[in-house]
Amino acid sequence: MLPLRVTAVFRDAWLIAGKDLKIEMRARVGINQIVPFAVTVLVLFAFALDTDQEALRTYAPGLFWVTVLLASLLAIGRSFAVDLADGASDRLLLSGIDPIAVFGGKAAAIAIQLVVLEVLLAAGVVLLFDVTVHRYGLLVCAGLAAAAGVAAAGTLYGALVSGLGVRETLLPMLLLPVVAPVLVGATRAFQDAFGVAGAEGWAWLGLLAGFAAIYGVFGALSYGALLEEA
Amino acid sequence: MSTVVAATTSSKATRVLGWLTLAGFALLVALAFAWVPEDTRITEQGDVVGQFDAVRLMFVHVPSAILAYTGFGLTFLASLAYLRWRTDWWDMMAHASAEIGVVFGVLTLVTGSIWGRPTWQTWWEWGDVRQVTTLVMVLVFVGYLAMRRIPADTAVRARRSVVIALVGAVNIVIVNRSVDWWENRTLHQQSTLTARKIRDETLFTLSFSFAVGMVLFAWLLLHRFRLAYLESQIEQLEVDEAMEERRAEAGLSDDSKEQP
Repeated sequence: MLPLRVTAVFRDAWLIAGKDLKIEMRARVGINQIVPFAVTVLVLFAFALDTDQEALRTYAPGLFWVTVLLASLLAIGRSFAVDLADGASDRLLLSGIDPIAVFGGKAAAIAIQLVVLEVLLAAGVVLLFDVTVHRYGLLVCAGLAAAAGVAAAGTLYGALVSGLGVRETLLPMLLLPVVAPVLVGATRAFQDAFGVAGAEGWAWLGLLAGFAAIYGVFGALSYGALLEEA
Repeated sequence: MSTVVAATTSSKATRVLGWLTLAGFALLVALAFAWVPEDTRITEQGDVVGQFDAVRLMFVHVPSAILAYTGFGLTFLASLAYLRWRTDWWDMMAHASAEIGVVFGVLTLVTGSIWGRPTWQTWWEWGDVRQVTTLVMVLVFVGYLAMRRIPADTAVRARRSVVIALVGAVNIVIVNRSVDWWENRTLHQQSTLTARKIRDETLFTLSFSFAVGMVLFAWLLLHRFRLAYLESQIEQLEVDEAMEERRAEAGLSDDSKEQP
C-alpha cells in the first residue's frame, strides 16, 4: 500500500487535472481554436510544399510533430492563463495542495489535450498527406511518450513565464529549443510507424520516455519554488 | 540613500588583463599566420588533402568553444550557489557569465561555419551532431538572457533564471560528448589534442590560444559583473529617488491643507 502522502499527491493531481479538463470542456477553446489552428498549419505545409503528394508523404512525420509543438504552445499558455484569471493561482497556493500534485495535475491535463490533438491530427495526416500506418503499437506509444514529455517540459516552462508581461513571446523562445529532442525522437519513431524511412522507431521511443521522465522529475521538484511567486 | 561607489567598470586588474589580452592576441596572430604551416597530408594514392590555410581558424574556433562551455558552466555553478546562498552576487555572476558564453557560442558557430565552407564544402552541415547541438545550446541560453531582461522583481527573476540555467547545463554535456556518442552521425573530429594527432606548432599555438582566451574571459567577466553591479545600484538609486519625491509630494499636500 502506498504511503498516505503519496496517495494524497495522486488524488490531488487527479483533482487538478479534472479541474483543468472541466474548464476546457466548458470553454471549448481547444476544440474551437487550437485544433482548427493545427489543421490550418497542416494545410499551409501542403501549400508550402507545392502539394507534392510524394514529398508530403515523406515529410509527414516531421510536419505532424512541428504542428503538435506549435499547437502545444497555445494549450500550455491557455492552461496558465486560466489559473491567473481571477487570482485562481493564489487560491490554489492557499489550498495547501502539494506543488508536486499541482505540477502532475496540470501536466496530465495538458498531456490529455495533446493526445486528443494528436489523434485528430493523425487522422488529418492520413487523409490529407495520404500516409499509411504500418506499426500501430509504435505510433500509439510514441504519441503518448511525446505528449508526456512536451506536457512535462511545457508545464515547467509555462510556470516559469507565468505572471510575466511577456509570457506569449517568451514561452516559445524558451520551450521550443528544449523540446527539440522530442521533435527528433518522435519524428524518427513516426517515420518508422508510417514506413517512410528505415528509422529504428522503438529505440527513439526510449529517448522520448527518458525525456518525459527527466522533465517530470525536475518539474515536480522545482515547481514549489515557482508556484510560490507566480 | 545609497550611492554609487565608482561609476566605472575598470580597475588596475582589468587594465592588466586587458593589456595582456591585447599582447597575447597580437602574438597569437603572428604565430597562427607566420609560424604554423598549412595543414596538408599526402594520401597513399599521392593526393594532397587537409584543411590547408583554414586550419588557422581553429585558433579562434576551438578557444571560442571552450570559452562558451566555461561561460555556461560558470552560469550553472553560480546558479547552484545562488540556490544555496540567495545573494545578488551569485545572481549577477550567473548573468555575466551566461552573456559571455552566448557571445563565444555565436562566435564558435560563425567561425565553424566559415571553416566548414572550404573544408566540408558547406556553410552548415545538418548531419553534424555537434554543430546542431551547439546551436540548440546557444538558443537555450539566449532564452536565459531574455528572461534576465524581463522587468520583474529581482528575486523572482533570479529564481526563474536558475531553473533555465540548470536545464540548459545539460546541453553542455550533450554538446561536449556528442562526437563520441554519435560517432557515426558527425563530421566533427574527435579530440585530436589528447590523441596527439596534430603537429607540434599547431598544438603549441592552440594551447597558447586557450591561455589568451582565458585571460580575455576573465577580463570580460570582471567588466560585465561590475556593469551588472552598477546597474543594480542605479536601479536602487531610482527607487530611492522616487520614494523621496513621493514623500516630498505628501509633504506639500499636507502644507496646502493647512492654508486657509
